[in-house]
Amino acid sequence: MSFDPERVRKDFPILQQTIHGKPLAFLDSAASAQKPQCVIDAMGELYRHDYANVHRGVYELSLRSTRALDDARARVARFLGAHEREIVFVRNATEAINLVAHSLGERFGPGDEIVVTEMEHHSNIVPWQMLCERRGCTLRVAPIDDRGALRLDDFEALLSQRTRLVAVAHVSNVLGTVNPIAEIAALCRARGAFLCVDGAQAVPHLRVDVHALGCDFYALSGHKLFGPSGIGVLWGRAELLESMPPFLGGGGMIASVRFDETTYAPIPTRFEAGTPDIAGAVGLGAAIAYLERIGMDAIERHEHELGAYAERELAGVPGLRLYGTAPGKIGVFAFELDGVHPHDVGTILDAEGVAVRAGHHCAQPLMERFGAPAMVRASLALYNTREDVDALVRGLARVREVFA
Amino acid sequence: MSELRELYQSVILDHNKSPRNRGELAGANRRAEGHNPLCGDHVIVMARVARDQIEAAAFDGRGCAISTASASLMTEAVRGRSAADLKQLFEDFHQLVTTGVAREDSELGKLEVFAGVHEFPLRVKCATLCWHALRAALEGGEPVSTE
Repeated sequence: MSFDPERVRKDFPILQQTIHGKPLAFLDSAASAQKPQCVIDAMGELYRHDYANVHRGVYELSLRSTRALDDARARVARFLGAHEREIVFVRNATEAINLVAHSLGERFGPGDEIVVTEMEHHSNIVPWQMLCERRGCTLRVAPIDDRGALRLDDFEALLSQRTRLVAVAHVSNVLGTVNPIAEIAALCRARGAFLCVDGAQAVPHLRVDVHALGCDFYALSGHKLFGPSGIGVLWGRAELLESMPPFLGGGGMIASVRFDETTYAPIPTRFEAGTPDIAGAVGLGAAIAYLERIGMDAIERHEHELGAYAERELAGVPGLRLYGTAPGKIGVFAFELDGVHPHDVGTILDAEGVAVRAGHHCAQPLMERFGAPAMVRASLALYNTREDVDALVRGLARVREVFA
Repeated sequence: MSELRELYQSVILDHNKSPRNRGELAGANRRAEGHNPLCGDHVIVMARVARDQIEAAAFDGRGCAISTASASLMTEAVRGRSAADLKQLFEDFHQLVTTGVAREDSELGKLEVFAGVHEFPLRVKCATLCWHALRAALEGGEPVSTE
């Protein structure tokens, strides 16, 4: 099936509007992506016809909801090249990483080291800092180069027999850098270190196969994947998940409860205490089905082409400084405009109907690395077109006019 | 577009480009920092106070045009005022940037160029950060945050 961005765009009702009298150019999908009609419908249908609590009732509606949740889990598993038992539903990638930090982290202690990179989002820094505080471990930071690529030699030099876990983003939310996860995984395996990958920014753009990547954990957020907010996924290797204690305790995650002894459910439900976000999981399943109908390869091609166009167009904007120029990067463009604060750029672009993010992008250490307290970020997704990029470039000309 | 012009008035653009009273303040005896965690912006406000009067005020730090111009104009506007005057002026300024209307009898004067901010609710914090910091400086100097 050939990829037609105009047709894709029609699937997203929110994009069919004007903002301040201008057609909406939504360029902030890296913060949260918009939802296709089929996702909105799937959640509405569940609530209208099939909703009840899961795994408990003996009646028809509970059976339907349970099936819908199971189907969503199976779909996520297929999407990642994994087994259903390895798919844990959580709230978002942040919670997935916290789950690993708490549950796997219990086996770490003083002298053990956790390695992160300079380009991580706060969600892949703070949980590990908190773990280091609790368990007396040491946090080490792998540097990046001026293009925003991980310095693989320095990274390798940081690894030692003390390294217990490496936490790295698959794709940087600021720079668009795609990290060489398979190579990193091989280095980790050779040292016996676990590898936890933050895939939140990768799954909307790239075909992901967790076994081909060779990592141990992979975290993602539904809302960045065109699904609803409030649902996320932790994938973990089955044998590893089986060896880990529960994260949260409560209903749903137990086999049996007695005051003198409680036994836990098998994976993945061991890690899913309380009633799950059933409609959220169904919405995420529908989003993945939508992406599969279009095809991740077609999406990747479209975004690659549009990204190259955006890079060319932005290079022609006077006074624009782009951060993140690593080879093979995806369509995330963080930049500064000479003499104009990113917040002012964002406000003026908004008046032109162009939605971008301005700020530190939850990556303050990265901002510090580049000596910029804030940046403007425009990020592409499958529904973006050359018109969106053109609107951005026109908006930036307008910024220069106001600040002339 | 006229709303944008209202926001980015020439006085504001001028104070952004050439901020007044930026840098260290000789003899400063009050000082506080302000942070906007949303954007990572940071302002330091200093004042020299004698006999309950602000003799001079200055600021430093990096921020957007609205926060820079606001700090610049504030340091000019508060000179010679008492703590009680300042409290009233901040209240009036806050009302101005949230409603677009100045209180009758207010002494905002030049500060009225910030009326356009009220059309941009996300930018109110940019305009008020330095005021929060100045108030904190006079009250004892705890760092303040707009969150």
